[in-house]
Amino acid sequence: MELNSGDTAWVLASTALVLLMTPGLAFFYGGMTKAKSTLNMMMMSFATICVVSVLWVVYGFSLAFGDSGSAFYGSFSLSGLSDAVGELTNNGGVYGIPLLAFAGFQLMFAIITPALISGAIADRAKFVTWVVFVVLWVTIVYFPVAHWVFDFGTVSENGDVTGKGWLANLGVLDFAGGTAVHINAGAAGLALAIVLGRRIGFKKSPNRPHSLPLVLLGAGLLWFGWFGFNAGSALGATDTAALALLNTQVATAAGLGGWLIVEKLRDGHPTSLGAASGAVAGLVAITPACAFVAPWAAVVLGVIAGALCALAVGLKYKLNYDDSLDVVGVHLVGGIIGCLFIGFFSTTQVNEFGADGVFYGGGWELLGKQAIGAFSVLAYSLIVTLILGFLLEKTIGFRVSKDDELQGLDLTEHLESAYDFEGTLGGTFAGTSSSHKEKVAAKTEEVSA
Amino acid sequence: MKLVTAIIKPFKLDDVKSALEAYGIQGMTVSEASGYGRQRGHTEVYRGAEYTVDLVPKVRLEVLVDDDDADAVVDVVVKAAQTGRIGDGKVWTVPVGTVARVRTGERGPDAL
Repeated sequence: MELNSGDTAWVLASTALVLLMTPGLAFFYGGMTKAKSTLNMMMMSFATICVVSVLWVVYGFSLAFGDSGSAFYGSFSLSGLSDAVGELTNNGGVYGIPLLAFAGFQLMFAIITPALISGAIADRAKFVTWVVFVVLWVTIVYFPVAHWVFDFGTVSENGDVTGKGWLANLGVLDFAGGTAVHINAGAAGLALAIVLGRRIGFKKSPNRPHSLPLVLLGAGLLWFGWFGFNAGSALGATDTAALALLNTQVATAAGLGGWLIVEKLRDGHPTSLGAASGAVAGLVAITPACAFVAPWAAVVLGVIAGALCALAVGLKYKLNYDDSLDVVGVHLVGGIIGCLFIGFFSTTQVNEFGADGVFYGGGWELLGKQAIGAFSVLAYSLIVTLILGFLLEKTIGFRVSKDDELQGLDLTEHLESAYDFEGTLGGTFAGTSSSHKEKVAAKTEEVSA
Repeated sequence: MKLVTAIIKPFKLDDVKSALEAYGIQGMTVSEASGYGRQRGHTEVYRGAEYTVDLVPKVRLEVLVDDDDADAVVDVVVKAAQTGRIGDGKVWTVPVGTVARVRTGERGPDAL
């Protein structure tokens, strides 16, 4: 196999597209929080880019995709990534793209997954604990689960396959990460919402979005980047990539519509927040299915996901957990819908590497596998994240103090304000930052004295 | 001297301003305000969660006038700000003890 420049170009471009999703997510989430903790919300995403990128080089990629012979985790054989330079990608077969392009592409998935979780704990998480959480969570949850789902094994010259992930080996169809990314993040979000507890004023004060234009901007950036996420997962400029790209577009559009229809019928008004949320629900649901279903089926999936997620986000008020920005209602529910939908509508007519679902004469077998894939990732992520979250809360503390929460995390965690309206609260220049710490200390002393 | 204070719907500000200028009023103070009267607030729905917004955005307009003008100015504001629907606002006057123009130090009606 020679290096294919066309395929490589598409994967490199897709890598950049998928990176953009995380800043997009920062806007999507940041607009939905209160004005006093929007920077904190956005910083949780940006910090994830920092932490996971570094870990990925040190051992992350290796732990997910290094050849270990294990179905559950990779190895440390590619730590540092120096041995990956000049190699071609070997993942269930050799692709004509550099291993480093594959590593870069997969890195972006490892970044956005923990970033997705942050929406469940808006307005109340200690920033430093969040950073520690991301380090530990990707190490014990994301890297192994990525191996389960995305590692199709290293194929040797005589055809032996080693180290194939157990869900990939089972035949679970998940093209771009419905399980490893969305169900994984959704279940972890549920766990952290339980660990950190409800925000002050949950179900009482209006926790309404402080900037819906930011939410729409974020949704637009996510949508744009998602073409790389789904179509890039073909790992080549192929007809599978084209199918994935088109399905992504139509399912997202249909998801947007599905959510708005529910709102119009139930509440009387279609909302901009509903449009943004419906689009993301459509994107989530089509992620695992994008290369296995026909475009008309993608429309059906989008409408179902948009409508069901619109109903699912109300559950938190009945069940009394504060999944602040609906990571569970959109990503967990949308991910499960997408995974199970494959069991019904998947067809080898559009992708010979797929399988036939219930409606294409394949029987119930595929649906069973999809359910195993979805619920095994859900259970693993939920349980491990619950334990991890409680350990962090008991040791270094995960939730901020009541005073800090009321003050707003932008000020208490970052000593910044998102917006300066040049009102009567304007300040004066007080020198450069070299002596900043002493000044803050002196000021604090002065105030408390 | 009297202070006329009017709480009006924000989109009526331009009409009221023009009407007062036409009457001969030379200055005013306008500030954003929020509040509610008998119309109460409204309900917004975010992802299916309803929130009652009690305080509605209003504009507060203040004008200092001579005693003789007070009633006429109130009429001008009422006429210009009226839509006939609930939530149009209120206008009231209070007596003012002293007025001074900061630039010149003039006192009383000369400072208006």
